[in-house]
Order: sequence, then C-alpha cells, then structure tokens
Amino acid sequence: MAQAGTYRAVTRTRTATVAAGVALVLVTVAIVLPAFASRSLIQDLFFILTMLVLAQFWNLLAGYGGLVSVGQQAFVGIGAYAMFGAVILAGWDPVAALVLSGIAALVLAVPTAFFAFRLAGAYFAIGTWVVAEVVRLSVAQWKAVGGGTGTSLPRAAADGMWGLGWIEATFEVRTAAARDILAYWLALALCVATIAGIYVLLRSKRGLALAAVRDNAEAARAVGVDAGRMKWLVYLVSAFGTGIAGGLIYLQKGRVSPDAAFAVTDWTAYVIFIVVIGGIGTIEGPIIGVLVFFVLQSVFADYGSWYLMALGLIGIVIMLFAPRGLWGLFSDRTGVQLFPIRRRLVGGIFEEEKKDNG
Amino acid sequence: MNWVDTIAQGVLLGGLYALFAAGLSLVFGIMRLVNLAHGDLIILAAYLVLLIMSALGLGPFVAAAVAAPVMFGFGWLLQRVVLNRVLGEDILPPLLVTFGLSVVIQNALLEGFSADSRRLGAGALETASIDLGVVTLGVMPLLTFGSAIVVIVALNWLFYRTATGRAFRATSDDPVTARMMGIRPQAVFAQATGIAMVVVTIAALYLGMRANFDPTIGPARLIYAFEAVIIGGLGSLWGTLAGGVIIGVAQTVGAAVNPEWQILAGHVAFLLVLLVRPRGLFPRAYD
Repeated sequence: MAQAGTYRAVTRTRTATVAAGVALVLVTVAIVLPAFASRSLIQDLFFILTMLVLAQFWNLLAGYGGLVSVGQQAFVGIGAYAMFGAVILAGWDPVAALVLSGIAALVLAVPTAFFAFRLAGAYFAIGTWVVAEVVRLSVAQWKAVGGGTGTSLPRAAADGMWGLGWIEATFEVRTAAARDILAYWLALALCVATIAGIYVLLRSKRGLALAAVRDNAEAARAVGVDAGRMKWLVYLVSAFGTGIAGGLIYLQKGRVSPDAAFAVTDWTAYVIFIVVIGGIGTIEGPIIGVLVFFVLQSVFADYGSWYLMALGLIGIVIMLFAPRGLWGLFSDRTGVQLFPIRRRLVGGIFEEEKKDNG
Repeated sequence: MNWVDTIAQGVLLGGLYALFAAGLSLVFGIMRLVNLAHGDLIILAAYLVLLIMSALGLGPFVAAAVAAPVMFGFGWLLQRVVLNRVLGEDILPPLLVTFGLSVVIQNALLEGFSADSRRLGAGALETASIDLGVVTLGVMPLLTFGSAIVVIVALNWLFYRTATGRAFRATSDDPVTARMMGIRPQAVFAQATGIAMVVVTIAALYLGMRANFDPTIGPARLIYAFEAVIIGGLGSLWGTLAGGVIIGVAQTVGAAVNPEWQILAGHVAFLLVLLVRPRGLFPRAYD
C-alpha cells in the first residue's frame, strides 16, 4: 500500500514498447541488408534515410519550435562544401570531414539565427531564405572548390575512404558500390541517432518546455520557461544535423555545385512536403511522409513540372483539410502513438480505481 | 566609371522593387499574412499580360489594364477560397499553403509557357532616354519610378481617405471590434488581396518591359520585395520605397565593382540595415 499514494508521470505505452521492438528488428535488418540487396535498393534507401533526417530536423524547427525555416538549404550546402573543402584543401578523409560539415553548419547557424530571430513571426521564413541565398552566392565565389560550376571529390579521396577496402572485400563489390554501402550505413546511423536524439530531447525537461512554448508562449513564460533559449537550442541542433546530412548526401553524390547544394526545391520544398503530408509536430509524421514522397517520386518524377505541381497541390489540400497530416488522421482515430511524449499520471488514485474496478 | 550614373540607375531600379513590395506590404499590413507566393504571382501576372498582348494584339500598357481586373478577381477568389481558411493565430498554415502555391504557380507556368525567357515588347520606349547633362536616364526606368510613386500615393489615399481604407485599418487593428461595427473581415481581406493583385500587375508590367522573365524567377522577386519592406519598416509605404531604393543602389554599385556581386550586394545591404535598425528605417507597425 506504500506505493498507492504516490503519483508518477509516465510516457510509456504498450504500443510504444511493441513499436520499439519492431524498430530494433528493422534497424538490425537494415544493417545487414547490403549483404543481399541490390545497389539500386541501397541507393533508394540512402535517399529515403537522408530525406528523413532532413525532415526530422525541419519538423523539430517548425513542428516543435514554431520556427518555419525556408532556408535549410543553407545548412545542406554549407555541410557539403565544408566536407569538400576539408577533402580538397586539407586532404581529410571524407568520412572524418562529415564532422566538419556539422560544425560548419553550426557556425553558420549562429549569425543566421542572430539575424533571422530579429524578424518576427512569418518574416523569419523569408529571412532564413535570404541568408541561404547570401551563402550560395558567396560559395559560388569560392574558386578553390570550383566557384559557380562546382567540383568533384578527388578520385584518390573518393576511392580511399575509411572502410571501403573492407566493404569491397567482404561483399565482393566494386569501389563505386562499396561507396554506396558505406554512405548507406552512415545514413542509417545518422537517421537512428537523429530520431533517438529528438525523441530523448522531447521527453526531457527541455522537450516539455519546448511544447509549452509552442502551445502558449505567454503561459510558458509565466512558469519560467525561457522561450528565446529554446529557440536557439532547436535552431542550432537542427543546423548541426542538417549540415551532417548535407555532407553525407554529397559524399554519396561525389560532385557538388552551388546551385544543386543550395537548391530550395530539393532541400526545403521536398522536406516541407514530407513533413506536411506525414503530419507536422510528430516524430511518426516525417517517417510516413518520406515513404509517401518516395513512392510519388519513383512513380511520377518523370512527369517533371506536372509532378511538382501535384506535390504543391497535395500539400495545400492537406494543410486545408487535414493540417495534422496522414499520421494525424490515423492517430486521432486510433489513439496510437509510436513515440509517445505525452505524460500521463499513474499511481495514487488511478491505481486504486484500477483495483476497485478489478 | 560614372558613380552618379550608377547611383541614379540604382535609385530608379528601387522604384521597381518598391512596386514588387507594395502588394506584399499591403497584405501583411491588413491580415498579417506573409505570402510566399508573392513573387510567383508577379510572374503569373507578367505572363497574363503577355498572353493578352499576343491574343488581342494590344500594347503592354493597355494589356496590363485588361489584366488588372482579371488579377483582382483571381486575388479575391484566392483569398476567399483558400487563404481565409488558414488565417489565424498559428503562422504555420498560411506560410505552408502559400509556399505550396508558389510551387504550383511556378510549375504551371513552366508547363504552360516553357522555360524560355520572355519579354513584354514596348517598342521605341525600351531604348528611349533623356539626357540630363550629368546623367542620361532611360524613359522606362523613369516611368517605373514614377509609377511606384503614383501607386504609393494612391494606396495611401485609399488607406487614409476612403471608407474602404477605414475598414482596412479597423480590421488590421482589431478584427473582433471591427466585426461589431458591421465590417466582415473575410470580405475586407478578399478586397485587400484583390487590390494587392492589381499592384502586382503594375509591377509585372514594368518587370516584363525592363528585362526578360521566365517562370523560375519569382522567388528572387519575393526576396527583393521582402527586403524592401523590412528595410523601410513595416507599415510604411514610403519607407518601402526607400527600402527599394537602398536595395537598387546597393545592386547597381555592387555590379559596377564586380558583375558577380550585384545580387549579393543587395542582400548584404539588407543584412546591414537589419543589424543596425532591426525594425527598419521608418517603422510604424509593431508586429
């Protein structure tokens, strides 16, 4: 009876425990997959995983932090260029240079946030876009990495990356295929770390503060939450992760140019679409969204501008009629949450009720 | 290099940016809506003018006069059917919907008119110029700047001298109280977007006569417009003109130093103003 009077706040649900088990199995399968899968499947999965990372970070910004950025391509591009710069100018291993991708994005994020946070509400979005343009135009002036036309990874660096020799020997594949496998594993690791990291963040004290700021900034301030600090936190975290993802995407592509690495369509429009269609403000949403996006992309991408027009229209319709996306529709009907962050009170009177009913 | 000439060209270019910005500023001022499709709407209007010119064999000015009411109707409908549904406390839905709209417009134009660049032919007017001794100014840039001033005077008159303007200001200040006075905010918003689309058509006319355009250049126009609004300070149309002039001068001076720096110089000028005066040069509104 000693426990009956105490209350505890828990987030765990039975569905979530099952989901965690399934996720563990899926990740294990994903790790050993290169042993059986074709090269094109590995490339597709790489695309899905990296887009998912970008989407999770954009969702952290917009869905949890209330910061709608249209300038995430700045961090993808600077991450890519930091990696290329370190490889070409300093002779780093491309895999090691990915750390620099994250750091470069973080360094860029500080002045960006300083400027963009001066713009209230919706103007923040365009402010981030301006900064992305400034970075794109400046990088195009950087002649050492090819200026406006871009450059390729030096062959020696591309073929001599850490672990490539081992992958070639183990799976008996050529260098190009081995590079795809290496990039895939890195993307898998980044994706798992991203989702786990965001989940841990949201379940922590800071996550609670973040949700409080999002739901009611004034009430949050009244109970002592520093909204400004929370904004900085999510902005810097998102920039860091987006930068690493950018470096990784261009490690796999092996070629970079300012127009591609800083493309608003590829790194922001698609990402926004993924989050909106899947369900903004949930961890599950971007996962659903990226799968839907991948299917649409593989079936309809040949239709070019018709395809993009349809994506835009679907996004508008979802925003108008199901603003919480596909996962929101599903979750509202079933109450299922795979990554529960809502705190429920158990113990005390709730335990006794259960006993009475039982 | 003739600096006086460079700066004069920049000032006149600022008139074009002020025209881009006036519609954005109007819509934001009244309903706190940042329309991310604003630049693409300018390009859409330019294609509409082009279509009317070739279909009816009209000159650009008459064609724009025909296009303006069409664009008004389009803006009115857009606001009624789509944008009114997403306005509210949360800034996320309108941003995402207008971003989607931007993608839709761009790709619809690509599909309908291809990626070729077009121009609104204005005949002899394109090359006409006036020699003022120190500088020689093109008639077209002068006309653009003059139109920007006329548009700003007209919008200010509408805002502060008419019943419609009173309804605009009342709704902007306090939509709930305005409703009690018999104003329907939804209808006011639709009117405002319609008027913004008329301004957009005027901007499109000068954009198309001054330089080539293609379906993909909308977002860059949005960025220039936005920079002009922020530099000028929210809520001040004359400030917006000043903002446009600052961007224009920064661009022409940047281009005179190194042609590759033209666009970059404009953005840097914007960031500098944001650094020194976060609320712009002539702020009026507090949000």
